[in-house]
Amino acid sequence: MYALKYDENKCISCSTQDCLIKCQYIDIDKESAKREILKIAHGEDSFVLHDCVTCYACEEYCPSNNHPYYLIVEKQEALDIPPLPRPIIQRGINIGIPFRGEPMIEKINGRALLMGVFSNLIFLIQGKLFEGLPIISTDPRKMFHYFCQLMYLHYARSSVIKERLPKIIKTIAEHQVTEVICFHDECYGTYASYCPAVGIEVPFKPVHLFEYLYNRLQELKNDIRPVKLKVAYQRPCSSRLSPDKHHFVQAIFDLIGAEAVKREYVDENALCCGGTIEGQRREGSRKRAADVQRRNIEDMKNAGAEVCVFNCPACYSTLGKMVARNGIKPVFMSDLCRLAIGENPAGWR
Amino acid sequence: MDAVYEALVKIVGKDHVSNQPEELFIYSWDLGTTEPHRPDYAVSPRTTEEIQKIVQLGNKEKIPIVPLGGGLSLAGLAVPFKGGMLLDLKRMDSIIEVNERARYALVECGVSQGQLTSYLERHYPHLTHSEPGAPPAATIAGNVAIHGQGDLAQPYGFNSDMINGLEVVIPTGEICQFGSCAIGAGWFTLHPLPDVGLFLGWNGTTGIITKVSMRLFPCKKIRGIGQFVVADEELVPEIMYKITHTQMAEDIVAASQAIPPFTSELQHLTINIAADSEKELEFKLEIIFDDTLGEYIREGEGGFLGFIRGLQKPQISKTSDWRKGGGFEYVGSIMPIEKYPACYRRGKEISERHGIPYTVLGRCIGAAHAMMFSWTYAFNRAEPDTIKHAREALHETDDLVLELGGTIWKPGVYGQKLVMERLNANTLNLMGKVKQLLDPNGIMNPGNWEVR
Amino acid sequence: MALADFKYGDTIHRCFRCGYCKFPVNWTDVNACPAYARFRMETYSCGGRLWLTRAWLSDEIAWTDHFAHIMFSCTACKNCEVKCPLRFNVDILNMITAAKGEMVERGMIPSGVKEFLENIQLHGNPYGMAKAKRGEWMEGTGLLLYQGQDYLYYVGCVGSYDTRAQEAAKALGAVMQKAGVSFGTLGKDELCDGNEVHMMGEKGLFEMVAEKNIAQFKKLGVRGIITLSPHAYNAIKNIYPWYGGQFEVLHQTQVLRNLIRDTRLDISKGFNAQVTFHDPCFLGRWNSEYEASRAILRALPGLTLIEMEKNRDSALCCGGGGGNFYIDFLGGSADSPARRRVREAYETGADVLAVACPTCLTMLEDAVKSEELEGKLVVKDISEIVAKACGIAS
Repeated sequence: MYALKYDENKCISCSTQDCLIKCQYIDIDKESAKREILKIAHGEDSFVLHDCVTCYACEEYCPSNNHPYYLIVEKQEALDIPPLPRPIIQRGINIGIPFRGEPMIEKINGRALLMGVFSNLIFLIQGKLFEGLPIISTDPRKMFHYFCQLMYLHYARSSVIKERLPKIIKTIAEHQVTEVICFHDECYGTYASYCPAVGIEVPFKPVHLFEYLYNRLQELKNDIRPVKLKVAYQRPCSSRLSPDKHHFVQAIFDLIGAEAVKREYVDENALCCGGTIEGQRREGSRKRAADVQRRNIEDMKNAGAEVCVFNCPACYSTLGKMVARNGIKPVFMSDLCRLAIGENPAGWR
Repeated sequence: MDAVYEALVKIVGKDHVSNQPEELFIYSWDLGTTEPHRPDYAVSPRTTEEIQKIVQLGNKEKIPIVPLGGGLSLAGLAVPFKGGMLLDLKRMDSIIEVNERARYALVECGVSQGQLTSYLERHYPHLTHSEPGAPPAATIAGNVAIHGQGDLAQPYGFNSDMINGLEVVIPTGEICQFGSCAIGAGWFTLHPLPDVGLFLGWNGTTGIITKVSMRLFPCKKIRGIGQFVVADEELVPEIMYKITHTQMAEDIVAASQAIPPFTSELQHLTINIAADSEKELEFKLEIIFDDTLGEYIREGEGGFLGFIRGLQKPQISKTSDWRKGGGFEYVGSIMPIEKYPACYRRGKEISERHGIPYTVLGRCIGAAHAMMFSWTYAFNRAEPDTIKHAREALHETDDLVLELGGTIWKPGVYGQKLVMERLNANTLNLMGKVKQLLDPNGIMNPGNWEVR
Repeated sequence: MALADFKYGDTIHRCFRCGYCKFPVNWTDVNACPAYARFRMETYSCGGRLWLTRAWLSDEIAWTDHFAHIMFSCTACKNCEVKCPLRFNVDILNMITAAKGEMVERGMIPSGVKEFLENIQLHGNPYGMAKAKRGEWMEGTGLLLYQGQDYLYYVGCVGSYDTRAQEAAKALGAVMQKAGVSFGTLGKDELCDGNEVHMMGEKGLFEMVAEKNIAQFKKLGVRGIITLSPHAYNAIKNIYPWYGGQFEVLHQTQVLRNLIRDTRLDISKGFNAQVTFHDPCFLGRWNSEYEASRAILRALPGLTLIEMEKNRDSALCCGGGGGNFYIDFLGGSADSPARRRVREAYETGADVLAVACPTCLTMLEDAVKSEELEGKLVVKDISEIVAKACGIAS
């Protein structure tokens, strides 16, 4: 039905094999990398399929936009090599089932902010930055009607994504939106990267939250007072699906007077939150996740970060308390921006 | 009847006795499916001596007495089936003593779970008690009297196993003490003095507990819940057995419910872990989730869902609102753990037949010596049909418990009859003799354990 | 009215009587519902009232004086709503108020409640005292009537007529005068704010009172209002907008906190005492304002602030709300919430029990007498404490 736009020739002629060479979780040389990626392309078993921790990074590393990560996920499913135990997969699939009635559809005829499955975080959406912006998916009881489904990339279930996503898109489209500002980075990745990669039509323009925030801050430039905080950015896995928008992170920091500390695990080398690694089948996964988290936070501390800026609520719920325990204040990017224009951050503790 | 009212006023004061329709209405109801029965008086005593006088009055006038704690057993154990005096014991809410070194708390019968939890958290944060899943308004003494279990059931057993002593007003009005307190020593041990089994599990038919000394246990700095999920219910007994072997966990509970969808047809295990340091925590997590449960993870049969710090205490219960109906009742049983799969499957089947989303739970007691397995049936108080279905499901489940080889925990009248039918004849006979001896006029919570 | 016609007829059955409503937020004891603390019968808890209301509207029980007593003993302190763990908790206090309203409509109310409401209707205050005397407390204070100043100083019924509360009204006036705040009062033309009327379910009377007040304020060009009482604060800020009255409303503690913060008051005389603070329900649980008073107390030299165990959203209501400062359904016992609260304050070792509400002031001072703690514990309004720190003679 929706076939992944993968071109084997690009891998054959690739000179870098960056997808696997740059992988933070696999140790491999160029020759083996080429061999393994082609084995995967041909539907053969490869240790890569077993050892992949689903951090999404190779989508960014690939110089040819050939979707190595989406490929790995499809083949994990095809060969029944899911990274997670079956009960977790069943649980995950069922989480996405909406069961509390249909959502209310108000017609927007313009742009709107999409909360996705984070309707509970609507308290963050206040103040001048979001003034006059209509919001969709405001009811936590109906939010799974707006679930982008991309979480299932961690579960080797591209089939579930492809099966459910068209209806989700239809529900969003019923609001008659022209532009959809995605509160959750992964929603943006779904509509801007995954859908084109598998040929699902998206009848609205996805807008990255940080691009929206940056533009809005430009409009409110006179209200900005430098926050003068040393910040570390927690880059989510989904950010790898929109590397063209990653520059907005630094752009916003520069605009609001936040000093991005000099870190090791930054940009291309960023560490994911480890939230999905913890439960994986691979031996030592619990410790692997803890190690990733420890290194990530040590890195923030050593660089002198006062604040850890979050993009993704899932990262926030995985790392937020841990970060706080280490003396660094966790905050969402939108809240940091609100601080910069003299407002009281909603989620500040 | 007026003379009785006047006598009660003399004992407890005008403010604390009522024969008004409003009190009689409220106190006639159990919160589950039991039909209401009105008392003639609602009385709220403050001291053991007041209770003594009330019991003496009851014997003199042959008026039934029904002792009520939190009223949250949901099995209709404090419903005045034969009218009489309903004693609301919650005014007796003093925490008399907490002995740190001997780790016990001496409380009056009306002290609530929430009150004790809060008191310990504020004044003795290194001590805790085994708190049940009932709303915090449930009483310590009531929970003990029904052989309840709390979040320290594994490793420490039933709450009734945690008693150091009791003060009881027996049906003929004498005040008795059991345990070391009875010889004038502190309230630190029950054994080796003669047994108090006469007052636990008897639903107040043998006397009214007025004071209880409860064992307290070490409360570590870090307390949290590790979650594990399996799809195959057959795995639950062996998993519980293995985790109890590690001796690293506190509460171990397996649960499954139809709603929300992500819990359906899955068994979620919550494994409480306590530690005084990150080192200890990591060690316990490693033993339990990497070493002991690692094989299930690797095989893909079981999944680790993470460890969340902090126990929500008092525990929050929203069960009653699942059907937006203000009501639920459950059958609790004490079962061999190996029966978990059958309990789950049969419970699911009964629930489905009665149109009730299934909700089951098994709590490990002791070193996997048994489990408390419960089947919960929610109903809508505004829709009588759902109450009828819940009641039928409950009765079927009572039957099921005995069929599967378990025993009913805190049975209501229906369950009591089933148990008595199967009880060893000599034991039943002895029960009758005990009741006759202690309560010759048959005034104590009549309708319950009617062995005659 | 049958259950089906009752506004909350399709949700009132959802109360499970789990008992959370009896506890404070911090779970210390089961005496957080002032009426339950007083009577300790299940009927007097929020859950008891909800079940009784449903039974009454379903004709399972008949109306009696005792039933009305149970219902009107609710002080609307909001503890139950804050504690109830179920989704319908946002409506539970409204259910009780609506039930009271149903009784009012049918004329089935206790005599004290009838008096209270009639007095407001006829005299503009629950005491039944002459309208003409409402402004008498101002004599000799030098305070001005409102004639377009920045703020209307709205005193309220208790502050205007109760002799003890008048001291607080005067103290606040004097402090604001010293700080150069531009304000005026309505004197004898002030009318009851209606908060208690609303909480007692008399919607018709409340509407009348609110509309009269709003018309008066608008006619005078009032923009900002400073209230002595949190009850007035709540009514004018949160309920008047539904009747077309939108004003900037501040409670005295917010004003005093700002004045101190902006160094518009010389508080160097300080207040040498150990002080504990009682959070008023209509400022605290109703409007989430817990810090203004504490900021004031902490700023005063010589003052040591000691918290009661049940503080902020766990505070025990003084028992004066829902008209109970007048109808007194919760008095007459050592278990009365006011007496319990005074004992809780005394236990902290404090010399002074600070309040920020004229109703709390009168209730708790009476309780100090009943507890025989005169001379050992003094009840003072925050305005009086600040006045002392500014060297203003009482």
